[in-house]
Amino acid sequence: MKVVLQNLTKIFPSRNKKSGEEVVAVNDFNFEIPDGKLIGLLGPSGCGKSTTLYMISGLQKPTNGKIFFGDDDVTELPTEARGVGLVFQNYALYPHMSVKQNILFPLQNLKGKDKMTKEEMLERAVSAAKLVQIDDLMERKPSELSGGQQQRVAIARALVKMPRVLLLDEPLSNLDARLRLQTREEIRRIQKETGITTIFVTHDQEEAMSISDMIVVMKLGVVQQIGAPQDVYDNPVNLFVAKFLGTPPINVFEGRVAGEKLYIGEDAVLSVPGVADQEVYIGIRPEGFELNENGQLHCKLKNVEVMGRDVSIVSSNDASLNSIIRSIINADNKVDLSKEDITFSLKVHKVFIFNKENEERIYFEVN
Amino acid sequence: MVDSKQQWKAWLYLSPAIILLLVFTVWPIINTVRLAFLEGYNALEATWGATYNVGIGNFTKVLGFREFKTCLVNTLLLTVLTVPISTILALLIAVALNSIKPLQKFLQTIFFLPYVTNSIAIGMVFAAMFNIIGLRPDGLNADSWGIINNVIMFFGGEPINWINANSGYWANIAVMTVYIVWNALPFKILILLGGLQSINKQYYDAAKVDGTPRRRVFTRITVPLLSPMLAYVFITGFIGGFKEYSSIVGIFGEKMGPVGDPYRLNTMVGYIYQVLPDTDYGVASAAALILFAIILLVTLINMQVSKKRVHY
Repeated sequence: MKVVLQNLTKIFPSRNKKSGEEVVAVNDFNFEIPDGKLIGLLGPSGCGKSTTLYMISGLQKPTNGKIFFGDDDVTELPTEARGVGLVFQNYALYPHMSVKQNILFPLQNLKGKDKMTKEEMLERAVSAAKLVQIDDLMERKPSELSGGQQQRVAIARALVKMPRVLLLDEPLSNLDARLRLQTREEIRRIQKETGITTIFVTHDQEEAMSISDMIVVMKLGVVQQIGAPQDVYDNPVNLFVAKFLGTPPINVFEGRVAGEKLYIGEDAVLSVPGVADQEVYIGIRPEGFELNENGQLHCKLKNVEVMGRDVSIVSSNDASLNSIIRSIINADNKVDLSKEDITFSLKVHKVFIFNKENEERIYFEVN
Repeated sequence: MVDSKQQWKAWLYLSPAIILLLVFTVWPIINTVRLAFLEGYNALEATWGATYNVGIGNFTKVLGFREFKTCLVNTLLLTVLTVPISTILALLIAVALNSIKPLQKFLQTIFFLPYVTNSIAIGMVFAAMFNIIGLRPDGLNADSWGIINNVIMFFGGEPINWINANSGYWANIAVMTVYIVWNALPFKILILLGGLQSINKQYYDAAKVDGTPRRRVFTRITVPLLSPMLAYVFITGFIGGFKEYSSIVGIFGEKMGPVGDPYRLNTMVGYIYQVLPDTDYGVASAAALILFAIILLVTLINMQVSKKRVHY
């Protein structure tokens, strides 16, 4: 089922009646989510990603705009008529019911022609439980399960009525680091197996990048960029997106363009054909550095962290906006720690420049 | 754990409360048990050093009284009637209160007002509402009908002699039930409303996504999640019900019954008070212990039942 969001806007009335300031949680969101894909809504807290999810679920009404599932306009439909499965951030499993009762609950609500016999319901519940691999825990209470198992029960409960769209609110935030890695693969597998269009919300870019078919990066209610994770990473449209994606984060410098040359401090690091003279921000991905004694960028060497396959060089430069510059290079390169200075040359497609006023990307020709 | 050298300080600070509790709570309990087993005990003689036989005579005496059986039946009847009714009503009112936004605090205050009002005073008001002044022998004419009978007559019904001389037993019980339920509601509403407000809203969102009908949300989600509070008001309701006394005094006065039939509505606690002025402390103590045993038994049964039905 493809999901279309048209000019979707959500304005919350002000809490403070005197000031009367409204909060625009989601502003003019347009997006067509292709059928059967896994989509990650990504952004810092307060960016409107959860609000968007709840509007798709129907638990919140949009102030403006429309939502379509396929060709059906569901904007005015109540939650229960939309056929969505929703997994809450803290799962919201009914604590007094066993796993089996929890999974059966949505089926028992079905009425009219959808009404099922007990055997059919049980069969569906068991197959949903099998899909998320909890079929041996059916008689347990939620309190007797680990966080990861509860998560699976919540997914099974959302999937059992075969929703048109599956929505996950911060699905991994309550899990520990190891379980998180495992569960995100699990979500990917379940989504692939069922082929249900799935939208999930996260503030963790690594999580979103690793499993999504497409990511939507949001900031303060406004969509910044939509695309395949690698495309967004390789081609951020503005400084916010560039900074938000990637671990370790991108290194940002203050610099300027003069005579089609890009300067960091006094170092002319790149030629940028077609860019007018101006002050800019320069973003360089950690993997965009190369050790080169004749390189253009001069930095002060601080430390080298060994990570096995790679080494992470920590250095500093007066023009850097971060207190340190982190560059990742192949471990085959030997770094002489006794030296105070280190020089890099830059990989041109890992360097982005941004307008200093509006922080929008400035494109230049790459030979 | 506090350093053992410092513990004397803790004991010092606790001592005022401990001494008062020992003198006015613990000793009286022990003394009650002692008196209950002393046959023919007389407080006045006891001060002159009289000694008494130890035995269960007081208990057989209590159980042998015809009056005691009346008290037991009245108490059980009122408890079994009022506790379920007041709990269910309180639950419905609490759910309704919880689901409205405007005036919620205002209505909450109104529902709580009876709790801070003296129960004897409320009883007198209720008595006035059910009262009939100057009833003629034909039973259909009087100088003044209470408001309840006025309402009944307004809708074309025949007036009922609720609490006056020659009134029926079940009419009396009906009045007591209404009054006790009304009196018990505020506390129960308060507890249940607090419980409702502490239920995570996400369960209701989840139920909504799953298209759960309202009645099912109530029976399958609200009630189970509220069950610890329901068990609490139910058990304390039973304990309170067995100690029913002042409400009867409030309606019928110290004679515990309509004019011409005193002590018809006497209760267990009423019975204990009744034998006390005869300085029959032994019998009163035995009755108190019997009441204690009944309350203990019922509470244990309640807790056993609730173990299966309450989800913590």
